[in-house]
Amino acid sequence: MTTTQFTAPTPAPAAARRSAGAALSDFGAVMLAEWTKLRTVRSTYWTAVFAALAVIGIAAGSCAQWADTISQHRDRLSDLDPITASLTGTYLGQLAVGTLGVLVISAEYGSGMISATLTAVPQRRTVLAAKALTFTAASLVFGQLVGFAAFGLGQAILSTQHAGVSLSHPGALRATIGAGLYLAAVGLLGFGIGAAVRHTAGALATLFGLIFLPSALADLLPPSMHYVIEYMPANSGSQVFTANPHPPALAPWTGFAVFCLYVVASLIAAVILTERRDAVLG
Amino acid sequence: MIEVRELSKRYGGKTAVDALTFTVKPGAVTGFLGPNGAGKSTTMRMMLGLSRPDSGTATVNGRPFTGHRRALHEAGALLDAHAAHRGRSSYNHLLCLAQSNRIPRRRVDQVLEIVGLSGVAGRRVGAFSLGMAQRLGIAAALLGDPPVLICDEPINGLDPEGILWMRTLLRGLAAEGRTVLVSSHLMSEMALTADHLVVIGRGRLLADTGVREFVEGGSRSSVLVRSSDQARLAALLERAGAVVRPAGPTSGGRTAGGGVGEPAPPRGGLVAPGIAVTGITAAEIGELAVRHGIVPHELATQHASLEAAYMELTRDAVDYRAENADAAGTGTGTGGSESATDETKRVRA
Repeated sequence: MTTTQFTAPTPAPAAARRSAGAALSDFGAVMLAEWTKLRTVRSTYWTAVFAALAVIGIAAGSCAQWADTISQHRDRLSDLDPITASLTGTYLGQLAVGTLGVLVISAEYGSGMISATLTAVPQRRTVLAAKALTFTAASLVFGQLVGFAAFGLGQAILSTQHAGVSLSHPGALRATIGAGLYLAAVGLLGFGIGAAVRHTAGALATLFGLIFLPSALADLLPPSMHYVIEYMPANSGSQVFTANPHPPALAPWTGFAVFCLYVVASLIAAVILTERRDAVLG
Repeated sequence: MIEVRELSKRYGGKTAVDALTFTVKPGAVTGFLGPNGAGKSTTMRMMLGLSRPDSGTATVNGRPFTGHRRALHEAGALLDAHAAHRGRSSYNHLLCLAQSNRIPRRRVDQVLEIVGLSGVAGRRVGAFSLGMAQRLGIAAALLGDPPVLICDEPINGLDPEGILWMRTLLRGLAAEGRTVLVSSHLMSEMALTADHLVVIGRGRLLADTGVREFVEGGSRSSVLVRSSDQARLAALLERAGAVVRPAGPTSGGRTAGGGVGEPAPPRGGLVAPGIAVTGITAAEIGELAVRHGIVPHELATQHASLEAAYMELTRDAVDYRAENADAAGTGTGTGGSESATDETKRVRA
């Protein structure tokens, strides 16, 4: 190698000699880059606005309807589950958060950005991990914000008929936190599927297929097999934002743990496929 | 420094890159040439760890690219001008790449300045012309001030002023001691930009040589001969093993515009039509003529243009490959389609 005159910074030292601190700092830099990517495209804001409107708006609509019903038929009060009524928008909001999870990675492949990303950071697992962690952190914060906003607004509306409950009500705090957790987990499931499938449309179809599979299966299975449905993604995951799951539904945290197994499976598939395949869609 | 050793890559049954070995040295612009589908882009992707070789190695600055931390400081790449999210501004596109390598924000402003995109830093990449996208790609490649640059068809979509700018930039980067690898299908552009050439066809190495040596090499130069007895001299030359053809008014492929070894224009119709002789030097022709009492009027060595030399080299390789395919019983017709590609390239050039 001949002499070089350019003023490039000194080459990075051998990986083996790098301190853990430097490695952590490098990983933090990649996470910062992923945060910049997340906040500088419109799809992030569109999906976030849609998810917030879905979760909070449906809470308002559902609770307003209950308030109206109760105001006319006080005896219907016993049918009201005030916690679930204020968190039911999570079912619609998950579609937006899941879509964003898919887009975070599939848009990289679709636009060709992935080759620029991997030329800057050639360690694919590092990129995947930084992306997943950044998106999870953002969606957890977002999920908690909209979850508590939905609960607060819903209970405020129900309180006009003295039917609202506080967070100290049994199951209320767990279900409200659970709604946000579930949204983030669906987002991460979308991310795992997006990284494995790479094409936006294919990944969205796979994600929504998984979520809606239980209701399609319900009519096909013999009644003795219906308990299987409780282990499907949406049924297992949704128990964590349900006030009082009744058997055969799984217990709240058991159900959420089962849902997280699906998320982990999608992430393992994502890592294996991303490591094995060529990075450019051909 | 880029080192490629016995690099091979197959897609399904098709071999895209076949035991390729070459070294790209610092301080020079190396042109990477080959017909469409020759394996140039695949090779470049393997250098950067974007594609996995089936066998062989490619190293950048002494190690596989995937072993580099803060890799923008090791190599910059322009592989696809559209390798950016269309909805992101060019500033934010560069910012996220810079942040991933802990490169300060002011460097983003610097590279935007270098490529002339400062005025449109806030505009979304999706609104960019191909030429602007190429400039953005160069800006990204320069972020880490890397000692190695790998550019796939960087001239595509640039206007004449942009082409001149790109040529000056690449030559300047090489003059600073960097390793610059540039693929192109524009032979005339390579003649002006490259110092060294790596030519591949069907994934195999056809030439790894300096630009001048490439043009002057072997049968690719011919001698324009006019003499007192053309017919007898032609017979003598053929007996001596040379190949003799009538020399047309625009012989030697000069119209392809290589700018290298441009022959003198033939004189008008005052003398007998010339003959173009290959396989023997001008000195040997002169001696042969004089020995047989023929007076040479003109002996002009004509170097083929880079374009013509390239066409000849890749066509030979294609013919050779097609024969191989026949021998292996894998069918015919592949050579023909490759020739069509050559024709297309000639027209475009």
